[in-house]
Amino acid sequence: MSAKRIAGLLLRHLYLYRRSLTRMLEVAYWPVMDLLVWGFVSLYIAQVPAKLPPVIGFFLGAMIFWDIFYRAQQAIAISFLEDVWARNLINLFITPLSVGEFLTATMILGILKVTVTSLLLVVLALSLYHFNLFHLGLSLIPLVANLILTGWWVGILTTGLILRFGQGAESLAWALAFLFQPFSAVFYPLSVLPPLVQVVGWYLPTTHVFEGMRQIIAGGGLSWAHLAWATGLNVIYLFAAMGIFQWAMAVARRLGLLLRVEG
Amino acid sequence: MDPVLKVTNLTKVFNGLRAVDGISFEVARGEIVGVLGPNGAGKTTTIAMILGLLTPTAGTIQVLGMSMPQERQRILARVNFSSPYVAMPYNLTVLENLLVFAHLYGVQAPGKKIRELLEIFGLSTHSHQLTGRLSSGEATRLGLVKALLNDPEILFLDEPTASLDPDAAEHVRQTLLRIQQERGMTLVYTSHNMQEVERLSHRIIFLHRGRIIAEGSPAEVLRRFQQESLEQLFLEVARKQ
Repeated sequence: MSAKRIAGLLLRHLYLYRRSLTRMLEVAYWPVMDLLVWGFVSLYIAQVPAKLPPVIGFFLGAMIFWDIFYRAQQAIAISFLEDVWARNLINLFITPLSVGEFLTATMILGILKVTVTSLLLVVLALSLYHFNLFHLGLSLIPLVANLILTGWWVGILTTGLILRFGQGAESLAWALAFLFQPFSAVFYPLSVLPPLVQVVGWYLPTTHVFEGMRQIIAGGGLSWAHLAWATGLNVIYLFAAMGIFQWAMAVARRLGLLLRVEG
Repeated sequence: MDPVLKVTNLTKVFNGLRAVDGISFEVARGEIVGVLGPNGAGKTTTIAMILGLLTPTAGTIQVLGMSMPQERQRILARVNFSSPYVAMPYNLTVLENLLVFAHLYGVQAPGKKIRELLEIFGLSTHSHQLTGRLSSGEATRLGLVKALLNDPEILFLDEPTASLDPDAAEHVRQTLLRIQQERGMTLVYTSHNMQEVERLSHRIIFLHRGRIIAEGSPAEVLRRFQQESLEQLFLEVARKQ
């Protein structure tokens, strides 16, 4: 691993973001729109005269957490697509850059994007809806870390599939993460789902993060069981995704896909 | 002969089609070798295998005494490649792109190196221009600047003057020759400009349907095929396809 090469690839994306208004907006615009919509929905539900759990916290916490996962995944998948669109992949893969360095740089980019987006959302949620995510205390750290881990392996998996199946599969960069949403019990408890779907949800690390978050907001404290499940599943899936990426790269080198994926 | 590149029985099969069919050749340090052949002859496939972009079906590749793909990273640090058909991010400036690649190649004092190379290729005034706004000729020269950032011991070029007007092409040829002579760099390149190949190459490797059909100095190859120019030879081979 060379820190200089990782910094080089990171620099390539930071230069891009510095200059591109649309890419900067992507970091801020969609998350803020989501926050506004879910914030107002929460305010409305909170006015309903029924004994409901702290809905504002549930919805806004879920929305911010979902965005952390989504931005971490996007950072990896879209970074790869940027080089596909720029017809720069061959230039990159004839440098001494290793697959590990390539993925590490995009993972770091993910952390940077997540930091900017979540800070913006936390400040807005506090000022508009008086919801302070930091009330979750130190429990926030392992939950967020798990969301970033999930974002990484889904991003790596997406990139591997695009590498293997070409630009025709690029919509996966946006679609794959949303495949997780209905099963991850993001905005509702897992118990709402039909029993069979609950089993699917149980094996997604995101489900345990969102269940854990709701338990903390409801005053139940950090669930070590959910945290252990989320971490364990993430570690397994991260290694599996890296294996799939290595396989996709080997297939790409065997079939000449690196020469063709740029279209 | 001190081979910096040794290819033995190299074969690449795609869906039963032998794109490269058991070719073997060596390139000596400081040599300029032109790889010729009609479209589909296997030139790009061969170079892609040497650069580790493609895994060979069979055969071995030794670059600077190291095996590709087993020692890919160590090899790639000491070679480079440029092609007018491979772009750099259009939404970064010339300087930003070069700084990124300088990092990737671990170039010491990248600022100085980039300034020198931009000057040599007449791109100094474009350093803050977006890469996407360069003309095709300027983009080709930028590709060459990128390819020389790490002082490669072997430089692979794919049609280096394809998108250049005659004056710019001559400037690039002279510049590459000068750099090659100053640094003792090995140059392996493909071109469809037969006059250029005759003028520049110490040796040519003529590929046809994945096989080497001729190898030697341009004069030797012309004698063997009883042709007056490489252009005539090329046309004869291409029309026999």
